[in-house]
Amino acid sequence: MHYLLTHLDNAWALTLIHLRLALIPIVLGLLIAVPLGSLVWRHTALRRFTTFTASIIFTIPSLALFVVLPLIIPTRILDEANVIVALTLYTAALLVRAVPEALDAVPGAVRDAAEAVGYTKLGQLLKIELPLSLPVLVAGLRVVAVTNISMVAVGSVIGIGGLGTWFTEGYQSDKSDQIVAGIIAIFVLAVLIDVAILLAGRLITPWARVRVT
Amino acid sequence: MITFTDVTKRYPDGTVAVDGLTLEVPAGSLTVFVGPSGCGKTTSMRMINRMVEPTAGTVTVDGRDVSTVDPVKLRLGIGYVIQSGGLMPHQRVIDNVACVPVLTGVSRRAARQAAYGLLERVGLDPKLGQRYPAQLSGGQQQRVGVARALAADPPILLMDEPFSAVDPVVREELQAEMLRLQSELHKTIVFVTHDIDEAVKLGDAVAVFGRGGGLQQYDAPARLLSNPANEFVSEFIGDDRGYRGLQFFTATGLELQPLSAVSEQEIDALELAPGDWRLICRDDGTPFGWINADGVQAHRDGNTLYDSVTAGGSLLHADGTLRTALDAALSSPSGIGVAVDDTGAVLGGVLADEVIEALDAQRRVAPAETD
Amino acid sequence: MNFLQQALAYIFTADNWAGNAGLGARILEHLQYTAVAVAVSALIAIPIGMIIGHTGRGAFLVVTAVNALRALPTLGVLLLGVLLWGLGLLPPTVALTLLGVPPLLAGTYAGIANVDPKIVDAATSMGMTNWQVLTRVEVPNAAPLILGGLRTATLQVVATATVAAYASLGGLGRYLIDGIKVRQFHIALVGALLVTVLALVLDGLLALVVRASVPGTGRWRRRIPQPLLDDEVAVDVGPQGRGPENRDPSVMREGW
Repeated sequence: MHYLLTHLDNAWALTLIHLRLALIPIVLGLLIAVPLGSLVWRHTALRRFTTFTASIIFTIPSLALFVVLPLIIPTRILDEANVIVALTLYTAALLVRAVPEALDAVPGAVRDAAEAVGYTKLGQLLKIELPLSLPVLVAGLRVVAVTNISMVAVGSVIGIGGLGTWFTEGYQSDKSDQIVAGIIAIFVLAVLIDVAILLAGRLITPWARVRVT
Repeated sequence: MITFTDVTKRYPDGTVAVDGLTLEVPAGSLTVFVGPSGCGKTTSMRMINRMVEPTAGTVTVDGRDVSTVDPVKLRLGIGYVIQSGGLMPHQRVIDNVACVPVLTGVSRRAARQAAYGLLERVGLDPKLGQRYPAQLSGGQQQRVGVARALAADPPILLMDEPFSAVDPVVREELQAEMLRLQSELHKTIVFVTHDIDEAVKLGDAVAVFGRGGGLQQYDAPARLLSNPANEFVSEFIGDDRGYRGLQFFTATGLELQPLSAVSEQEIDALELAPGDWRLICRDDGTPFGWINADGVQAHRDGNTLYDSVTAGGSLLHADGTLRTALDAALSSPSGIGVAVDDTGAVLGGVLADEVIEALDAQRRVAPAETD
Repeated sequence: MNFLQQALAYIFTADNWAGNAGLGARILEHLQYTAVAVAVSALIAIPIGMIIGHTGRGAFLVVTAVNALRALPTLGVLLLGVLLWGLGLLPPTVALTLLGVPPLLAGTYAGIANVDPKIVDAATSMGMTNWQVLTRVEVPNAAPLILGGLRTATLQVVATATVAAYASLGGLGRYLIDGIKVRQFHIALVGALLVTVLALVLDGLLALVVRASVPGTGRWRRRIPQPLLDDEVAVDVGPQGRGPENRDPSVMREGW
């Protein structure tokens, strides 16, 4: 704790790096997974194929992915771009399974009514199905965000930056208080992001907040 | 006008939901599709707005084969109400109602304005417009569903068991509202239900479907009750169809017996023979109940009015049918039904014999009615 | 690609498999960390999940605590553990258990809580005790979700057990971390490939286990298209399947 307070500048700089590495992949992952997930949602064969491929991708341990990716794309292991691409793949793979499941949660009667009332297929997706899938999706996003933060921390064993460097440094120099500071910092960061996503989710789903008579 | 010409729906696994349906729904009428579950009534209705595509046969709306019309355009022009309302939970009630006009290009503001009017029209407080569907009761949600269906003023309304999921009291209110609306709007309505009484109550014409998707009978409700086409239909209608058929004969012109009533103060002075009954009335002329010799004695002994008097049966109102008239007579402890006017004051007595005579008289006129 | 070929060559050299620091030993170490951590996680998470799922009480508190656990960085806990308790099985077990508990708890709770309350109600009305309801009704129905949680936990633990190597412990992380340290990338690749294969194999096996645990004939159930409206399933096409004009005249009309 003491360490944290005396190294706040450092903490802030590392936090920014950490957030960049953890959150940009979420945005990119969503941009990939939401359209893709919506597309394959009701095509059983395609959906099964995408789910299967996605499962394989996120079964690959993230550390392994950081190491293997430079073989495929022109980055070096410790490049920020490398980490971001790896985590984007990971996030997209997770979400491309979560999106159809969230869409499945939309009540059948509502989807039927939307079609019968005269919405086009695209209209149904954008105005009815995706909005109604948000609660489930947001829940999944929270887990993804916290996991990403964790994975960036883990990456410090091979030299990736962020708050995880306090673990490696602290270990090397036998400073347990530095490690504790790192634990606290990452914990707080993860909780803040989790709550932020939760609140944002609540904000855009006003209908889920009302008290039902 | 909606027509079905030899329409069949067969699913890949062999089940036949609709079997060779041929039927014409006249414009401006309320036609009810009724039958047990699995009879294809809902499937048939959903072929009108192409939510289900027939495997054979043609469905036309106003002369045009629906399979040649863009489904989205078709549906924007047809109102659709389903059992659980099917309201969009994430939009406010007002936006739910305004949904179709907005889809057809009306400005959101104008659509919302009109929607408030519609909410009133279906009997809802416009303030409810700001709430979310989850905050409304079942009956209110159903009314919103109807308002939504009416919003774009479509000539055709499809209603799929819209009143099944609410309790009987609310259901009666909604049915009455439906009839009132239809008398104002004269839409072409196809209404699906599994309840034969609802069908007979609401429909100008009733189509009875059997298991396996075949049309059993398509007739006016009165004829359905008096002339069921086959054993299936008569069994589906159930018992008492003769009695239920009485609802199609009016009670105006029914001769009423003079009915002398007494007030509470006059009870003790009554001398009644065994089996005699007397009607007790309040000061404003509304009936309270019937009293017999035992009751008079009980009242003299000091019992309360309430304990001495026997409750009366159902009442015959001014706009009543022979069914309500007969029930008034049958349910009365004295065998004399009580007829009341608009204010509730007693007009006279109804005897079961008179009801049957009136029925005979009207039936002799009836054969002139068209099929 | 050179690295890949080198890595593959390394893996397929028998010599590299033998010995205390050989591929075989490392794989076993890795599996050991995983197995122990997952077992301990299960011992903690499943009972708690069952209790809160079955009684419905304390759910909010436990779920919040679990979400907080997810926020704890495994590496930090591991390294702190080593500094405090020295090298051995304890630090990685503690750190990895913290990682494995959330998915197992979430899966167990979701599984038990989502068993149709009507079924539980029926079982209780038949006279089953709490314990019987739990073991005979809820667990079998919740099995797929519980085992799903086990699958997720195992996957996360296998992947993260690589960090144990940073603290001079064993496991496949050894190749990853050492390889990068001494800039022999093909060694790092060896570690990456092997841990990936291990993860895929374990995940695949557990996926089959989850599938097989679905109660009833759910496993290999043919997908019957579920009509939205109960109206669409015709029971049978009887002799009255046609319109009024095809009425069988011998059927007696309802009595005169």
